Amino acid sequence: MVHIKRLQEDGIDILSIVGEIDASSSIELDLAIAKSVGEGFKKILVDCSALEYISSAGLGVFMSYIEELRDKKISLVLYGLKERVFNTFSILGLADLLNIRSNRQEAKTLVNELSV
Amino acid sequence: MANLLIGHVFVKMFKTKALIRLTSLVAIIAWVILVFSDVTVIYSDLKSLPPDIPTWLPRLMLDIFIVSLFYHYKFRIERDESLNFTDLLWKVFATGLIATVVSLAVRLVLFLLGNTTLASNILFMDIVYQITLALFINFLLAAFTSWKRLILYQKSKWLIRAWLVFELLLLSILVYDSIHIVISETIITLAIVIIGLLGLVLSANMRWVAYLNFKQKWTSLLLLLLSIFYLFYFLYSVTMWSDQISQQSKIFLDFQSHVFNIALLAFVLTYMTFSFLVILFNLPTSSVFEQKLEEVVNFQRISQSIQTEQNEESVYNILLESSVSSVFADAAWLEIKGRENEQRLFTHQITEKETKDIHAHLEKNKVKGALEQNSDKTKNLSKHLGSLKSTRFRSLLAFPIKVKEETIGTLALLKELPDGFNKEMTRIVSAFANQAGISIENFRLMEEAFQNARYKEELKIAKTVQKSLLPAKLEQDADFEISAFSASADEVGGDYYDTLRISDHEIALIIADVSGKGTTAAFHMSQMKGIFHSLAQQGPSPKDFMAKANKALVYCLERGSFISATYFVINTKTKKIHYSRAGHCPVLYYTTSTHQAAYLKDRGTALGMVRNNDYCNFVEDNEFPYATGDVMILYTDGITEAKNNKNEEFGNDRLAQALQQNATKSSKEIEESVIEKLYEFSGSEDINDDYTSMTVKFR
Repeated sequence: MVHIKRLQEDGIDILSIVGEIDASSSIELDLAIAKSVGEGFKKILVDCSALEYISSAGLGVFMSYIEELRDKKISLVLYGLKERVFNTFSILGLADLLNIRSNRQEAKTLVNELSV
Repeated sequence: MANLLIGHVFVKMFKTKALIRLTSLVAIIAWVILVFSDVTVIYSDLKSLPPDIPTWLPRLMLDIFIVSLFYHYKFRIERDESLNFTDLLWKVFATGLIATVVSLAVRLVLFLLGNTTLASNILFMDIVYQITLALFINFLLAAFTSWKRLILYQKSKWLIRAWLVFELLLLSILVYDSIHIVISETIITLAIVIIGLLGLVLSANMRWVAYLNFKQKWTSLLLLLLSIFYLFYFLYSVTMWSDQISQQSKIFLDFQSHVFNIALLAFVLTYMTFSFLVILFNLPTSSVFEQKLEEVVNFQRISQSIQTEQNEESVYNILLESSVSSVFADAAWLEIKGRENEQRLFTHQITEKETKDIHAHLEKNKVKGALEQNSDKTKNLSKHLGSLKSTRFRSLLAFPIKVKEETIGTLALLKELPDGFNKEMTRIVSAFANQAGISIENFRLMEEAFQNARYKEELKIAKTVQKSLLPAKLEQDADFEISAFSASADEVGGDYYDTLRISDHEIALIIADVSGKGTTAAFHMSQMKGIFHSLAQQGPSPKDFMAKANKALVYCLERGSFISATYFVINTKTKKIHYSRAGHCPVLYYTTSTHQAAYLKDRGTALGMVRNNDYCNFVEDNEFPYATGDVMILYTDGITEAKNNKNEEFGNDRLAQALQQNATKSSKEIEESVIEKLYEFSGSEDINDDYTSMTVKFR
């Protein structure tokens, strides 16, 4: 089960993921990102501090947006990943493809830098 | 069995036919004896001679005649299941008609004879009288049997008993009539009173009348009227003859002194009259009953519409037709939100434009929740139509159609009359709409069940495919031994491992995990196998292998799916392992010299994640030497992510520990101990994800 909260701050869309993302709940993550992209946000932060687990399907969601985000010049930064979750990202090599920061401040700085 | 049954029916039919013939034969014989004995008795009486035969003989013969005729009709009418109500009345009428025609023919003969001596001869008169009486009793018994069937339609235990008592009382009167034992007058009177009361009570059973339709009621009225006419005709003729005879002889068989005949006549006439009146008064309401019947039939049609070749559309059409015909609506339409949320409109006697006009009008007048999809109440919207000039309709009734508590559509019924719908109609259509909702729900559930069955079948196929993709035999070498283990979860995963000998000193190994589950996973796994077998035999460097595999897979992996893999080339000449990891779980390696099991550190992105030529920047070539006694375990995340009942994961540490403790054993034994540990940890035989591992032991 997953719950995704959205919050806008200084023109940045912040998605907070609470819970676990598996094959079935990955659809919600997909919808949330699609919504954010659809609403025209150029800066998106994903707060993973309450994300307990992510399956390969959930990673696939992030992966599937990489090209679209690049084409639309949207910057997306993840932050606050728990060690276990970060491991999943890094084993698959997604850590090299996505922007990941440890806390919100760093993530904010990065997302602002990237969208300049 | 069927043959036996048919045979049985034939025997029964034959038996019934034989019994009908037998009873009529007995009746005829009894009647002939009756006539002769009665004539003899009268003759002796006239000549004042002592009769040669006992005077009770005619009476006895009459009883036998009556009893056989009673059974005759019992077999002919009571047992015949094919007769319906009007058929029964028709039988009575036909018997009466034949009897009357015969009686009239006798009268014609008498008329032709004129005032001859024969015509005024008392003996001849007696014969004519006996003929008429026989016809009359015949008619009465036919009617009696028919009435019995009508009265006992929808019988209760009590009713059957009452009828039995009634028949027994009639029989006792018949016996009393013939033997003339002197019993006290009061007992006879009491019996007659009881018969009369019972007859009246029984005559009140008119339930069958309700089941006649309008036309049948008219037919029944006519048949009953004519039957009553015959009855009076016979009563008149029999009375006339008996009066004439009684003027000359006192001891002939007078039917008036026969209590049974009188009772029978009274009962038949009473029921006839009652039926006639009840049908007559039921005539105006018969259309209501027919209407109700039609509603029931319509109801059944809706309920049955989910069977066989029917589809949702036909349920809607039946609903529309049934509602219109049940409440005499002039027009109707049905708006339905389909499964893919598409709007559909079914109309009856109304154009789409008109429905749109009415919609627009109601919207303009801000009628809340009228024909809106989310309205869940039946609404009478007639008053709002009054202000719409362009429409011919003056009454409008709207009903929601619900499936699983969700309103999926609206049924609107229209009438040109103002105030055209009453409460009763609203209730009926409401019931129809509910039933249709249930039908549609059932229909959708059934389709889902079919779909599920198909998925299950697909899953079975996918599982078989997946199994067949894994190698039956692994490459072995003097330098190492390999064993592999694979257990799959209920859901089909996409774990894959394989080996291939490139040259006499080079062997390729692969382990891969396809993201996602089910048929697509099995499908991607088969692609991975194809890529491995075609690329590996060309002997590329592991990084090159990954780059090429990625390029090939980009064309067939949909966005969001990927394959994690690790590819090895073991070179037995240089004693080195050359590998590249693409997003797969890190390799667990046991080094004999240090007695340590550790995970190899490297980086690499899964196949299909980077969809351009940059991919070669995301994978590495790695190389390290191996020594005798070293062990390498390749596995999928199903193993490290296996959970126990405390929701803890098996994890990398436990896996490494398991290897370290068993590293000196053979590859097969190491594998067995690791898997044993894993099952011990998870504490359950059914697993969430596939367990796949490949253990390589160098020697």
